[in-house]
Amino acid sequence: MLDTLVLSRMQFAANISFHILFPTITIALGWILFFFKLRFDQTDNPVWMRAYRFWVKVFALTFALGVVSGITMSFQFGTNWPGFMETVGNIAGPLLGYEVLTAFFLEATFLGIMLFGINRVPSKIHTLSALIVAIGTTISAFWILALNSWMHTPAGYEMRDGVAHVTSWLEVIFNPSFPYRFTHMLLASGLTAAFFVAGLSAYRILQGDPKLAPRLALKTGLVLAAILAPVQAFVGDLHGLNTFEHQPQKIAAMEGVWETERGAPLLLFAIPDEAQRTNHFEIAIPKMASLILTHELDGEIRGLNEFEGNHPPVKPLFFGFRVMVGMGVLMLAVAWTGCYLLLRRRGELPVWMLKIVVAMTFSGWLATLSGWYVTEIGRQPWLVTGVLPTADAVTPLAPANVGFSLTMYLLVYVVLMSAYIHTLRVMARKSVKVEEFETEAPQAGGKLTNVPDATEEGAA
Amino acid sequence: MTMESMSFADWLPVIFIGLMGLAVLIYAVLDGYDLGVGILLPMDASDESQRDTMIASIGPFWDANETWLVLGVGLLLIAFPSAHSMVLMNLYIPTAIMLIGLIMRGVAFDFRAKAAVDHKLTWDRTFKIGSLLTSLTQGYMLGQYVMGFESSWSAQLFSALSAIGVTAAYSYIGAAWLILKTEGKLQRRAVHWTRLAGRAAFVGVVAVSVVNPLVNPGVFDRWFTFPLVMFALLVPMLCFLAFTANEILLRRLPKVDDRHCWIPFVNVLLVFLLCFTGLAFSFYPEIVPGKLDIWQAASATESLQFILVGAAIVVPTILAYTVFSYRVFRGKATELRYH
Ligand code: HDD
Ligand code: HEM
Ligand code: HEM
Repeated sequence: MLDTLVLSRMQFAANISFHILFPTITIALGWILFFFKLRFDQTDNPVWMRAYRFWVKVFALTFALGVVSGITMSFQFGTNWPGFMETVGNIAGPLLGYEVLTAFFLEATFLGIMLFGINRVPSKIHTLSALIVAIGTTISAFWILALNSWMHTPAGYEMRDGVAHVTSWLEVIFNPSFPYRFTHMLLASGLTAAFFVAGLSAYRILQGDPKLAPRLALKTGLVLAAILAPVQAFVGDLHGLNTFEHQPQKIAAMEGVWETERGAPLLLFAIPDEAQRTNHFEIAIPKMASLILTHELDGEIRGLNEFEGNHPPVKPLFFGFRVMVGMGVLMLAVAWTGCYLLLRRRGELPVWMLKIVVAMTFSGWLATLSGWYVTEIGRQPWLVTGVLPTADAVTPLAPANVGFSLTMYLLVYVVLMSAYIHTLRVMARKSVKVEEFETEAPQAGGKLTNVPDATEEGAA
Repeated sequence: MTMESMSFADWLPVIFIGLMGLAVLIYAVLDGYDLGVGILLPMDASDESQRDTMIASIGPFWDANETWLVLGVGLLLIAFPSAHSMVLMNLYIPTAIMLIGLIMRGVAFDFRAKAAVDHKLTWDRTFKIGSLLTSLTQGYMLGQYVMGFESSWSAQLFSALSAIGVTAAYSYIGAAWLILKTEGKLQRRAVHWTRLAGRAAFVGVVAVSVVNPLVNPGVFDRWFTFPLVMFALLVPMLCFLAFTANEILLRRLPKVDDRHCWIPFVNVLLVFLLCFTGLAFSFYPEIVPGKLDIWQAASATESLQFILVGAAIVVPTILAYTVFSYRVFRGKATELRYH
């Protein structure tokens, strides 16, 4: 029988993993939508507006899933991790509170205006609403990542009677890993959304959509990805250096370094073996790991054996990290090839390339999830590094309760995920068939396309 | 503690319980009406266009409405962490079910508009069931909270009663909202619903008000000590008046030119406000009845101060743009379209 701790961890991991899928899309998609709307305002070119109209519906759906799964998250701390709030509540509480106050209300209210208000407010206000929604999602990421980073690299607090008290809010919020994590996450969101937009647009084109809007969206996605991918690799490197300083055992596990060594090799592949404390089947580039992490060929990397009994499990970190970086490299290759082909062929991609882009639609999800797993598992056995072990925070409830809720959540998530993907396909296919007058300006309050009552979309 | 001897640090928990109360009350009213609309959704095949209008009437608002719940729970967590753990652990299973209800409702709203046509009815059902599940569990949790999380039969019975009462109250405010936001046939239907739900809610409120002081001796003393009793009884009196006024008015609705279509909603609002005052009066300053008061549960002063500064600036701003959004979408609900 699984105990409450294991079940609660599984439930937390399941809930946050499900939740993060949607924010990673909405945070950046909000900005992309703002961009579409702004371009329409500036150029009066109706294609921008049509791209906006399609993507705003996808955004609404994704956002709704983000909201409902997020509400579940906000109850978790109380239901499953009472020790968390009792020990670090003085820090976690206000940060979560500021997220609600400064971000959630802003997003939720202006989303209503953005989605349904087009013929009720002037166009400028409508564009402004799109901007506010984008800002809102970003502020939300700011606060929650401040909290999460604080859990990794706590600062600006002191312990009194076993409870954390704040000594400096600035240090709490801008704790050592926060700037890196926040930037890395925003870029991750940008890449996820870019491939999501490009992939779904490529799917429409493959389905025979002759219109301009999906081509425009495809190009936007690819160009965005081509810019962000190298930046992400650079920021990821800085992030790693920072982690190397504050959580060396995490880096040791990510790199599969057992003994402290100078001039450590970069492992492209290996199978770490925690029982024998060694790696099997290594494929390595000599001295590269030291070069990357210390910027010296002979830099010293502290090995896992220095942290025996006090380091995270090695395998998930080692492989998770390779999946993320691998996806990053793949994204770079695809985006650059795509942009090159777009240039060469005046805006049309060959079918094989379209297929690759479709295959990459959800690549951002894979990279983001593996990144988070590396980060979070890498913090174990601590919940708050050096302050609170995970096992001390768990609820005293009976395992049956947690088992029940976990089963329910998993069932719901499976249904929702298939409904989400299915609905995306339906929307993409539907938009292929609908006629569009490419020349006529869209009327406010019109349908997705300008054809009066061609297909009924129903209310909402 | 007397008022004079209280320092600022002692006042902070009082301010926060006030803020939390405000968030919970606003939540009950706002999400109350949209959950109510969900519960009332008529499910016949011929009702499809009415369902569309009903859902359109809450479309731009439901997300922000629900955020008040996040704020209420958030404030409990920020200001009274030990109460937060105690409440949520005791209500673990109902909380999980409520969350499932909220999930069902929140997603159904979006899926129904975008799914293939043949799935629309399924999502409408999901919407209705989700709303019902949410209301029932919220009522049940309120009952459990009032009963100090007992698992005895009488406590369960009381919680069941409270579950039905809250569901009726949400339907009441939802129906009144529809009178305000719709016209024609649907509006006449809404008038009818409001009358039925109003009577059910009335029975619920009376039952809870009678049982509560009987099972909680502290509550009894509080309500029935002279001279406070004079003021205290004003609350149920006014509440009764609001119910009656609505009952009379509803017989005459809808009127020519849609006059007075907003009065039922205001009356229900009054009922909500009074019931809430009654509950608050019964328990303040206890945050978990019979177990913890607000000073025992409060978190560190510096944390409360930090968030208070923000709240003082942000909450009025939130209220301002909420009003703006209701102004943008004022008038009768029209078919909602993404543009
Ligand atoms: C990096 C981004 C990120 C991360 C790590 C999280 N969230 Fe989140 N969350 C968002 C980014 C976000 C968002 C972009 O702001 C969402 C997604 C879609 C949306 O509606 O807002 C959101 C929605 C959202 C909502 C609904 C807000 C509403 O009603 O509008 C809640 C209550 C939470 N989240 C709570 C949490 C908690 C308690 C988390 C961690 C333990 C968490 N989120 C992790
Ligand atoms: C958004 C992406 C995130 C993902 C995918 C993620 C994933 C995970 C995973 C997989 C674990 C389990 C580790 C283990 O038990 O071995 C975990 C633990 C935890 N994380 Fe995160 N996390 C994310 C963000 C956050 C944030 C933003 C917070 C808080 C502000 C947070 C707080 C926690 C807590 C409290 C635990 C302890 C519970 C546990 O061990 O399962 N996480 N997370
Ligand atoms: C290409 C080279 C990349 C490098 C060198 C890199 C580096 C890192 C490192 C070192 C961490 C762990 C930090 C810690 O736990 O303290 C991390 C985490 C993470 N990575 Fe990457 N990354 C890369 C690409 C990507 C890509 C392409 C994505 C997503 C699209 C991504 C998403 C994430 C996320 C979501 C996390 C967890 C949150 C965080 O700690 O920031 N990464 N990355």
